[in-house]
Amino acid sequence: MSVDNNKTVTEQRRPDWAALVIAAVLVIMAAVIFFDVSRLRDMGGYSQVGPATVPDWIAFALVGLAVWTVFAAFRRDFPEREKQEIKPVAWVVAGLIAQMVLIRFAGFSIATGCLFGLAAAGFGARRIWISIPIGIVICFAIYWLFAVMLQLSLPAGPLERLIH
Amino acid sequence: MSTFDFLLQGLASAMMPMNLLYALIGVTLGTLVGVLPGIGPATTVALLLPVTYQLDATGSLIMFAGIYYGGMYGGSTTSILLNTPGESASIVTALEGNKMARAGRGGPALATAAIGSFVAGLIATLALAFVAPLVVKIALSFGPRENFALMVLAFITVSSAFGNSALRGLTSLFIGLALSLVGIDQLTGQNRLSFGVPDLLDGIEVTTMAVAMFAIGETLFIAAQGAQAPDKIEAIKGSVWMTANDWSRSWKAWLRGTVIGFPIGAMPAGGAEIGTFLSYATEKKLTKHPEEFGNGAIEGVAGPEAANNASAAGTLVPLLTLGLPTSATAAIMLAGFQQYGLQPGPLLFATNPQLVWGLIASLLIANLMLLILNLPLVGLWVKLLTIPKPWLYAGILVFATLGTIGANPSVFELGMLLVFGLVAYVMRVMDFPIAPVIVGLILGPLAEQHLRRALAISQGDITTLFQSPIAAVLLALAAIALILPLILRLRGRGNVLTQMAASED
Repeated sequence: MSVDNNKTVTEQRRPDWAALVIAAVLVIMAAVIFFDVSRLRDMGGYSQVGPATVPDWIAFALVGLAVWTVFAAFRRDFPEREKQEIKPVAWVVAGLIAQMVLIRFAGFSIATGCLFGLAAAGFGARRIWISIPIGIVICFAIYWLFAVMLQLSLPAGPLERLIH
Repeated sequence: MSTFDFLLQGLASAMMPMNLLYALIGVTLGTLVGVLPGIGPATTVALLLPVTYQLDATGSLIMFAGIYYGGMYGGSTTSILLNTPGESASIVTALEGNKMARAGRGGPALATAAIGSFVAGLIATLALAFVAPLVVKIALSFGPRENFALMVLAFITVSSAFGNSALRGLTSLFIGLALSLVGIDQLTGQNRLSFGVPDLLDGIEVTTMAVAMFAIGETLFIAAQGAQAPDKIEAIKGSVWMTANDWSRSWKAWLRGTVIGFPIGAMPAGGAEIGTFLSYATEKKLTKHPEEFGNGAIEGVAGPEAANNASAAGTLVPLLTLGLPTSATAAIMLAGFQQYGLQPGPLLFATNPQLVWGLIASLLIANLMLLILNLPLVGLWVKLLTIPKPWLYAGILVFATLGTIGANPSVFELGMLLVFGLVAYVMRVMDFPIAPVIVGLILGPLAEQHLRRALAISQGDITTLFQSPIAAVLLALAAIALILPLILRLRGRGNVLTQMAASED
């Protein structure tokens, strides 16, 4: 029985590391807010209520929540997390990064077409040499609809200049 | 002029061909995304916000309201035929509705859901028209203290009263509040937390944030679940028409659902889900056929579906009269108003009556359109569920980024989209609610202004907040909403609250 007891104690003592990281992030956020508004602290005027008042309160609350999160992490109050597959997430993130990098010079259609192809790969359509061209065609149609018909300003690249 | 005259004027405005077209686009898109699992009405409105910069205010707000109502209709279709609720307010519908579909009674289940939604939407929209002016009268007497107290109440109910954990709800809320500080302080013109980045001087764009948190975060989360077995779609067998017996069992449930749903939507208690659960419990208690519950009882579909549409109309009461969003969709609609420089609240009824009443009247029309759109065309919507996952989610991402690029084609804005999309993904994995972040981001600056005005008047004396009776009552309610759930959870009664979780829509 005493062995059993020991086991549960050690299990309880192993903290939830992910939750501790979140607590640390909250403290960092609070510190950033606190130091950024420190230069505004003497602007309270007669009522002593100024642009630093509410940020200070929010920073204080974030520290409080961080402490609460640490307690929850040690008591393992966070629910069990399901297993996450990183690979598909990486595909989608790669798509978003590709779009971000390409949008300046390749234009809306090519950049967003790459996003389309890489994101589809994340959801199982792995033949990107087919899906990226499909994406570019779809995005070119979207460009035509929104930029030409609805006057939305979307960044143009070599493809888009063909129809202007 | 009486409410009735205003409503007639509103109908005249809503019947204008362009506004009818916007309503039709709205309800169609709303049904579309309501049917698709994964993206709810909040996401759709967020996606469309930047695209509608060019449209006029009345038209695009009519469209947004149409999306909200349409999403509520469409969600029921997915629940009944797929057993996967398209949005959180349809979870209860899936309980009985899917059982009915499996028993070959999918047609009557869809019919009672659609007609019940219509009846409830009609009654609740009329109730909205008659209740709103009364609330406006009270709200006009509100000063900074009362407004601040009201927002505190909304913060607490949205973040911590319902859901799994007060800690995680409040953490989400304060992340939103912290992000709302970024940019130029509206009272003194000082920069806060912008770190010399010009893109941040205007603050963090609500639309970028909403798209990142809802659309991108959700897509990443679904991607991380890996390949799952496809859900089985129940074919609609037999007659789609309801029998006389179905009608007689449904109509009372519709009315009870409306009576339960509307006030719950109107209270700052967050979300349409709570009303659907209460309605389901009520029907289960009152039914003459208790043995059918759990095996496909038609009342169990009729009541909650009516309740969820009545709550959607109820949510518009605090949004239009007080400027207070009580659900994620309402929060993003508030951002839609702000995009046109309009601040919902009692003054809007005085300064822009044609817009407000046009919007309310257009809801009546949207309701009728939805009935026509949903009953005969249900087969078409079901086809949507057969779009392969890769194309569906890749398409969602294209539209998600299209809005942001259209509003501000900068690499910085796309970077924000990616960063906050990843933040939202981690939050989902760790079971943090998303809606409080958005509500904090939108209401944070308003709450701060009211608080600082109140404190400036009292020369920094905080007790002034409790010296106005209305503000004191509101703050007391907020305290109860914060403490009571904590006690309930400590005593192991938290399950009820988890079930009532006000989630994304």
